[in-house]
Amino acid sequence: MISLAGRDILHSWSKFVFTGIGLGLLIGATLTMAGVYRGMVDDAKVLLNNSGADLWVVQQDTLGPYAESSSIHDDVYRSLLTLPGVARAANVTYLTMQVRRGQQDVRAMVVGFEAGQPGEPEYLVAGRQLTRSHYEAVADVKTGFRLGDRIRIRRHDYTVVGLTRRMVSSGGDPMVFIPLKDAQEAQFLKDNDAILNERARTAANPTLNRPGVPGLLDAIQASQTANRNVNAVLVQLAPGAAAEQVASAVKRWKHLQAYSRSEMEEILVAKLIATSARQIGMFLVILAVVSAAIVAFIIYTMTLGKIREIAVLKLIGTRNRTIAGMILQQAMGLGVIGFIVGKTVATLWAPYFPKYVLLEPGDALRGFLAVMLICTLASTLAIRAALRVDPATAIGG
Amino acid sequence: MKITQPSGSSLGLGLLAAVLLGGFGLVVARSGPLAPTQVTVAHAEERALRAELFGIGTVEARRSYFIGPTAAGRLKAVHVDVGDRVKAGQLLAEIDPVDLDERLRSLEAAYARAQSAVSATEAQRKDMLARREIAGLNARRYRDLGDQHFVSASAVESRQQELTSAQAAVDATEANLQSARQELTRLKADQDALREQRQNLRLLAPRDGIVTSRDAEPGSTVIAGQAVIRLIEPDSLWVKVRFDQGRSRGLAVGQATRITLRSNPGQPLAGQVARIEPLSDSVTEERIAQVGFDQIPPGLSVGEMAEVTVETTVALAALALPNAAVKHTARGTGVWTLQDGKPAFTVVRLGQASLDGLVEVIDGIRREDAVIVHSERDLAPGKRIKVVEQLAGSLK
Repeated sequence: MISLAGRDILHSWSKFVFTGIGLGLLIGATLTMAGVYRGMVDDAKVLLNNSGADLWVVQQDTLGPYAESSSIHDDVYRSLLTLPGVARAANVTYLTMQVRRGQQDVRAMVVGFEAGQPGEPEYLVAGRQLTRSHYEAVADVKTGFRLGDRIRIRRHDYTVVGLTRRMVSSGGDPMVFIPLKDAQEAQFLKDNDAILNERARTAANPTLNRPGVPGLLDAIQASQTANRNVNAVLVQLAPGAAAEQVASAVKRWKHLQAYSRSEMEEILVAKLIATSARQIGMFLVILAVVSAAIVAFIIYTMTLGKIREIAVLKLIGTRNRTIAGMILQQAMGLGVIGFIVGKTVATLWAPYFPKYVLLEPGDALRGFLAVMLICTLASTLAIRAALRVDPATAIGG
Repeated sequence: MKITQPSGSSLGLGLLAAVLLGGFGLVVARSGPLAPTQVTVAHAEERALRAELFGIGTVEARRSYFIGPTAAGRLKAVHVDVGDRVKAGQLLAEIDPVDLDERLRSLEAAYARAQSAVSATEAQRKDMLARREIAGLNARRYRDLGDQHFVSASAVESRQQELTSAQAAVDATEANLQSARQELTRLKADQDALREQRQNLRLLAPRDGIVTSRDAEPGSTVIAGQAVIRLIEPDSLWVKVRFDQGRSRGLAVGQATRITLRSNPGQPLAGQVARIEPLSDSVTEERIAQVGFDQIPPGLSVGEMAEVTVETTVALAALALPNAAVKHTARGTGVWTLQDGKPAFTVVRLGQASLDGLVEVIDGIRREDAVIVHSERDLAPGKRIKVVEQLAGSLK
């Protein structure tokens, strides 16, 4: 028995292949959209992974440090270290800002961390970790910096000594890691104009600049420029310690807020990126529906275009099953080509997206099943149309 | 069944299918969870390790002087300005003496009067002495006459009483004289004190130096202890450096340092650790040390920021690894070693670290052990890896 479907495809293979490729590009766009959504969620998760923390201790009644701003004193970590179950605790600051790179500036999240403590980038793709306590930086590859480059943050130049990969904020901004003390300064210190302005304002205040109390003004000026705050303390638990217990001890006795890993994920995924993720999700649904409709219509019209040939087949006594099999096989073939092309192009163009696109194999598998299902459903419509064809049209029309 | 000759179109279609499937296979193998993690590997080996410390600080003067009055007053004149070089003892500023000169003149007059009073009392004493002498002579003569019964006893007693009175008068004037002299001494002391006070209103330079600040202008009122002029000794400039406590091990006086001034970053200056403060900053967790210049550069400004690198030990050969290989986990500090081509976590004990990113391994791995330095993503035991020379983005 010869394959009717194969014969038919061979007969007009260019039409078939181009339809398949067109379909593939559409499927590729849908898969990419799913990848964009997964990428957003993954950005949030990778932020938590990379911080290397089991517990986030932040200002009381805030959802910090990622979803809300949080400010706590930088000696809090000492009292946290005394709690049972805490293995390591370290200060960390986060600040999203424009970082100068040559003539342009890059949007980046500047992370202040202490070397060798939680918050340090866990793996590098090039260079080394920080060894100096000031003016060195580790940057994400996405920022475009290379080893030896100078980064300007506020008034200081930082030398890039290491590069990381996939170190991003929940918004997808690449990270730049600098020593904690520099980061505290970068976060809270103003530019020179603002400092001079502030000094002049303080000096003009008669209650602060009293002639009878020399040194008072200097003391006030000094206290205005110093800052000893950080955004959060990252806590690593000792093996076997329960996160909830330590968190409740922190909340109860230290008057701070503590989030466990799962709570933080909830905050990031359900609160921080919820709207934008739903936006993408909505678009993904529409795109999937449109793709399904287009696939169905393509197969239906392809079958309708072969009405005369089907009528001839019926005329020569071909069984209905054979005709239905031909249409189904063609539809499936189109689906397979479309999926292969789609998956390939999505993988090829994914790295060129400015934000991370995560193509999960599970999504690909679900996509494949959906494509096959849609193709089958669409072919049933076409099969019905084909079976109702009057064999007379072969000679009549 | 008829065997069909493969036509051109079916061949082309087959080729297309092969290309598509091949591309798909490549894409699946190269990305996603099936792809191996790319890593770079280094071998543990003996390397020269220079333990160095890095800190930042500001240029300060070892000796600086705040010059101001010891009592409240109004500034009369300021003779120097910021940047002037002054000599020890040079007049820098004067406080308005107000009535001090007048009080001095009044004291001078009082002193002159007291001197006159002394002269007058001395004259009086001479007069009294003369009177006592006459009274004495008279008394002796009457006693002799009385003994020979030429005069009555009452006349003798009367002369004797005159002598006693004269003696009392002499004693009184002598006391007066002493009191006048004491008054003179007192006034002299008062005068000296006032002169000292007057002198104290002249603010003098205690040492040779440079004026760094002129904090008050003539006419303004300053209180006791408030600085009018600030001086520094320019040859006592050094850098007050803060080192991270966690890395300050091995810091000692006399160690050689390189000082990089913010104004001249291209040219590090040589120096030495001059002093390590016994108190470290408990809030910022920093160790504080002073670093002196071997030769103070011209035009150095106080308050300038400087980066200081201290060589804490001479270079020593030790089993060393790049610090990018070291991971700090809850299980402890360790590295990923390659065992039969798969990563395995090995706990290590680390020693000194150098600023160029090498860290000494005391325990945990042996020489020539392969250790994963860079990786594309997080590693897990037994994960598939592919060793490459360099990962993306590491182009120099």
